[in-house]
Amino acid sequence: MFGAAGKSSAYPLGINPAILLVAVFLLGYPLFASDFFTFQIGAYSLILGTIALSLTMLAGYGGMVSLAQMTVAGFAAYVMAILGTNSVGVMGLGWPWWLTAAIAILGAALLSTFIGAISARTEGIYTIMITLAIAVAFFYFVRQNYVIFNGFTGFAGIEPPTLFGVYWRDPMPFYYLCLAVAAFFYFAVLYGSRSSFGLGLQAVRDNPRRVRALGINVFSHRVVAYFYAGAIAGTAGVLLVWFNGRVSPGLVGVDMVIDILVIAVIGGLGAPIGPFLGAVAFVLLENFAIDLIDRERFNTVIGLAFLLIVLFSPDGMLGLWRRAESRIRLPRANALWGARANRDDWHSASSPKRM
Amino acid sequence: MQRRTLVVLGVVLFAAALLWLIFAVWPDWLIDAIGRKKTFVTTLLNGVTLGGLYFLVASGFTLVFGLMRNVNLAHGSMYLLGGYIGYEVAEATGSWFFGLAVAFLVIAVSGILLQVAIFRRMEGDELRQTLVTIGISIIAADLMLAVWTGTTYQFDTPEGLYGAVVLPVISVIKSSGAPVFIKYPMYRLTVLGVAVAVGIGLWVFLNRTRVGMMVRAGVNDREMLAASGVNVQLVFALVFAIGAGLAGFAGVVGGTALSIAPGEDIRYLLASLVVVIVGGLGSVTGAAIGALLIGLAEQFGLAYFPTYAVVLTFVIMVGVLAIRPQGIMGTR
Repeated sequence: MFGAAGKSSAYPLGINPAILLVAVFLLGYPLFASDFFTFQIGAYSLILGTIALSLTMLAGYGGMVSLAQMTVAGFAAYVMAILGTNSVGVMGLGWPWWLTAAIAILGAALLSTFIGAISARTEGIYTIMITLAIAVAFFYFVRQNYVIFNGFTGFAGIEPPTLFGVYWRDPMPFYYLCLAVAAFFYFAVLYGSRSSFGLGLQAVRDNPRRVRALGINVFSHRVVAYFYAGAIAGTAGVLLVWFNGRVSPGLVGVDMVIDILVIAVIGGLGAPIGPFLGAVAFVLLENFAIDLIDRERFNTVIGLAFLLIVLFSPDGMLGLWRRAESRIRLPRANALWGARANRDDWHSASSPKRM
Repeated sequence: MQRRTLVVLGVVLFAAALLWLIFAVWPDWLIDAIGRKKTFVTTLLNGVTLGGLYFLVASGFTLVFGLMRNVNLAHGSMYLLGGYIGYEVAEATGSWFFGLAVAFLVIAVSGILLQVAIFRRMEGDELRQTLVTIGISIIAADLMLAVWTGTTYQFDTPEGLYGAVVLPVISVIKSSGAPVFIKYPMYRLTVLGVAVAVGIGLWVFLNRTRVGMMVRAGVNDREMLAASGVNVQLVFALVFAIGAGLAGFAGVVGGTALSIAPGEDIRYLLASLVVVIVGGLGSVTGAAIGALLIGLAEQFGLAYFPTYAVVLTFVIMVGVLAIRPQGIMGTR
């Protein structure tokens, strides 16, 4: 069902019945799901999916695997706690929520731009290394810094506003808020991928040298992509801090940073639906793996799942679905799909050529 | 020519100032400005020894990358696993040196396994190799947590390396006129010595032996080396074994100087990453320079402005990337 929506991504507003079905399901979900499933599973998956979407956008369309997207989201979460109100008594300047949120998102976008400017002169694995270093450095920084970031403890008591008589942290309104944000960015990324900027970005991914020869500025394309990705991650970060009600260094720790990568890769970097698929799988596994194995060993399970996907299906669950579908529907067209899959394969596209 | 003269002049002046700071008895105004001399000298030595430890970890990382273009993000896990294994063996046999040897060997073998089972199967697919090593490090961290729990382990310092040495550096002169000398732990100085020895050993290995020649040839042009009749896979396995083994070795050496606990894998992975980004990927000399810079930055940051210590490391990395994206000694 999801996969079909992903595949028909060529016409997001189109007439594909599978899309309608998904839309109806997502809109009606809180009506039949319990509060736990609406909030802890539904809303949380949408938030993580949105953060991972920013990585998918960078990696899938831009060929830049940035591990700092969680850091960007976490930065927005910290800004909410620092400029808004919190119950810890450190910082908490008490600015109105709309101003804080706007500054948090803009700040996250600018931080992402800065990270992009640092790493965009390098390619491929260098980008991974530099962004990972930045992410870990940010984690150690917020943990050490008590003046602004309140160190190890972090902040608690960060509340979403009560607006139009609705308390936005109640499961149902919060779910719809997350759904609206996720859907907005999903379609924005789809639309953006076919804009001239998006096409330019994909050209940069496929062959930076040729693009440069055409007179297009490779560096600025990459940095602008980081700006957009930062805005997406930052918005999700605002939702995340409202979801948790608190923010501490653990939120931007290596575990979470890697989790976002895991979500994006498990889902598939080929289409913007991928991160949401990955997020649903991840959150379900996180909540229900406890029934199968010791909760303590969750990381082993998720690590193994990640390893298996990377080893055997580099294009994630989306790739699994596409292969299964093509095998069922078009046994003869397998070769064709194979060729197509190769062309879309982000690995071959984004691994830097040795010159 | 002019510029070079200026650079040399700068280096000489800097070295002279540093020597003066170390050996002279500080006047009062200097103590008022930057604190006691003892803090400064101890921080300097801490930084240099930490740099030595970082070099031990990062040199393996950079060696593997230089030859095979494999970014092994499980390198930190190898450090931690080496520490744990060394600890178990040292506890069981009572010999620290035996633990060190076993840690080196076991991690070297695990490196070969990784190379044969994973990297060889996806040669040239760098991004995928990187992702696989991330997966491995997630699992490894979790399994190590299961086996060794969250406890912090501390090695017993080996016999003969215990205690402190008195350095020929005067910190203050007492009012009675008797000089007070600065003391420093013997073991930490040994760490520095080991790092220097490993650095020289690697240099000799790479520049003065036949296998080292093959390694350097492989760095420049892998296909040409294979075409001239060298078993490249064997060279790869050997280099991977040395690189991984050094991580395990560093795990015991570093675990004794500091301690081993969950989370150390990430710390040393970060250190390796920053060191090779600053020093230049693939260059052992670069790793030495980078390790020294980062070790000093970290210790001086911790001593003089604790809440912003990480920022200093970060600023060095960004500064180097802005001026030389390929790192100080890196080549493209």
